[in-house]
Amino acid sequence: MHVIRDDGSLDPNFDPGLSIDQVVALYKAMVRTRIVDDRLERIQRQGRIAFHVGSLGEEAAIIGAAAALRDRDWIVPCYREVGALLWRGYPLQRYIDHMYGNGGDPLHGRQMPDHTVSREHRYLAVSAPIGTQIPHAVGIAMASKARGLDECAGVFFGDGATSSNDFHAAMNFAGVYRAPVLFLCRNNGYAISLPTEQQTATRTMAEKGAAYGVPAARVDGNDVLAVWRAVRDGLQRATSGGGPTFIELMTYRVGGHSTSDDPRVYRSQEETDSWRKADPLLRLRKHIEQRDMWNDELDGDWRAVCNAEVKECVRRAEEKPPPALGDLFTDVYAEQPWHLREQQAQCVDGSRAIDEENKS
Amino acid sequence: MTEMNLVQAIRSGLRGALQQDENVLVMGEDVGRLGGVFRVTQGLQKEFGADRVLDTPLSETGILGTAIGMALHGLRPVSEIQFADFIYPGFDQLVNEAAKYRHRTAGEFHVPMVVRTPYGGGIRGGQYHSQSPEALFIHTPGLKVVCPSNPYDAKGLLLEAIRDEDPVLFFEPKRVYRAVKMDVPDEPYTVPLGEAKIVRPGEQVTCIAWGAMLYEAFTAAEEVAKQGVDVEVIDLRTLWPLDIGALVASVEKTGRVVIVHEAPRTCGFGSELVALITERAFLHLEAPPVRVTGWDTPFPLTHEHEYLPLAHRIAPALLETARY
Repeated sequence: MHVIRDDGSLDPNFDPGLSIDQVVALYKAMVRTRIVDDRLERIQRQGRIAFHVGSLGEEAAIIGAAAALRDRDWIVPCYREVGALLWRGYPLQRYIDHMYGNGGDPLHGRQMPDHTVSREHRYLAVSAPIGTQIPHAVGIAMASKARGLDECAGVFFGDGATSSNDFHAAMNFAGVYRAPVLFLCRNNGYAISLPTEQQTATRTMAEKGAAYGVPAARVDGNDVLAVWRAVRDGLQRATSGGGPTFIELMTYRVGGHSTSDDPRVYRSQEETDSWRKADPLLRLRKHIEQRDMWNDELDGDWRAVCNAEVKECVRRAEEKPPPALGDLFTDVYAEQPWHLREQQAQCVDGSRAIDEENKS
Repeated sequence: MTEMNLVQAIRSGLRGALQQDENVLVMGEDVGRLGGVFRVTQGLQKEFGADRVLDTPLSETGILGTAIGMALHGLRPVSEIQFADFIYPGFDQLVNEAAKYRHRTAGEFHVPMVVRTPYGGGIRGGQYHSQSPEALFIHTPGLKVVCPSNPYDAKGLLLEAIRDEDPVLFFEPKRVYRAVKMDVPDEPYTVPLGEAKIVRPGEQVTCIAWGAMLYEAFTAAEEVAKQGVDVEVIDLRTLWPLDIGALVASVEKTGRVVIVHEAPRTCGFGSELVALITERAFLHLEAPPVRVTGWDTPFPLTHEHEYLPLAHRIAPALLETARY
């Protein structure tokens, strides 16, 4: 499914009917996400942060899906979806602090960069093992249903995750229990180096839904309005008791898998360049310019605002001290057991003493 | 009070939890209509409905992964893994997800779930119906590990585990599921996690055991008592977090310790117990700590009674340790 045509006009058969202000807001969020990505990639190259996993070229799939969900719906991320979290209003400073693992990082520097979480924004935790979050989303949706809550869970994952056992288990459970869950598969062409055609023998990812009794759709993931429309359709199915939907978002990972990757090893520059023409930002911009809601001046101003914002967040993040060492030893359990109390003292105070209380 | 075996006491605990808290649900393979392959959940689906006692598709990853999601969103799932030997497909969900969720979200989310699973040998189950994988989970920060030996403790510990805010692995000694009977209160009650129990006071050797092997340790202690050796038998009940105080106090008194478990010896929980006791009570020790355990082989069928650390293997270890 496409909504935005090459000439920038909308296909009236699929136009989801968003207001022009909503469409401009989507564009601005996509630009902001790209600028944040770009800045983080550069400071990683300078050795100022350990790692970054970006979403260059996939902004429409991520932000379009997040925008189609309601605030009460859960987002269960893979690791490339910080644009969705920012869309929900997560403070940029908090995100940049997390990227630095500094004292302002709500996770106390425990996690690699880009492993965000926020209960306030109904955004679950990022986990590096592939596919493990998919059954969590189904469990959340089953809990919503059991508790009679009008909610849906949207779970992001890549094409590679469709090979994980967690994916199959989750699809099967969602089908059996008709859980109100949306499987948001960002098919960006590659799982690190492995192209999608070597990931699976099926022609599409969407056809996998049939094996689990899960209705599926396949949309242009670089068309933010097509993404919005497909996700909203799935949401309506989920919240009207119709169960899960699998949505294949066709996109392309223009950047490397992460800052640790070098895609030149496994794909050609020509291939990547051809996808730059399908840039979701260019496409949407053409549409809003056609409607006289955007122009070069507005674009330049907005980019300047975003650049200044991220630059300031980076400056502040670099001034913050590291988290307290003792923070490592909390939150392992609800209450800290004796052995962690003892190890915290050994780590923080350099003491080899055995906790007197537990000596006998 | 009703006389119950372990199966009945655990069922009574589950029934109490389902009655007390509408957010508790029971899920697993064959737990509903059939009542579980060991009949622990018999009758619960009829009583509480298929929405609270879920017969799940055959996938440990699916059971544990969706249970985590439910626990993240306000429910208290009690999953059954049919045999501990089958837990490994869901191992990643337990050690990388459930165990770490609180820490990796700095307490924004946590996973109050219980995973019940029958463990251990002695039922002619061979390699894949006899394993004791507790050490793998004790080794994982963020998990609690419980292993009751008797019906009273099983019900009380299970109810406490369900109320606990952290993920709890609840290993059930299937060898004695029906063999041990005792009076158990019909109403719900709890037994605190993290407290060991001295089941036979003694002065000369400390013998630490849990689950089904507790009875073997007790039998061996009675046996060697006839030869004048007075053994203190401790039932750990909760394996982690460990009641280190109870163990050290006992060893400070006896100066000698024998540890019994079914799992293979190398890197079994006994290794950690020996290390902890040696670190804390070294100057009280009169003999090397001894482990009587399963062998470092896969669990056998024909020779399971030679594999298991039964009383006939524990008694000589107690005598040697006492006379060292």
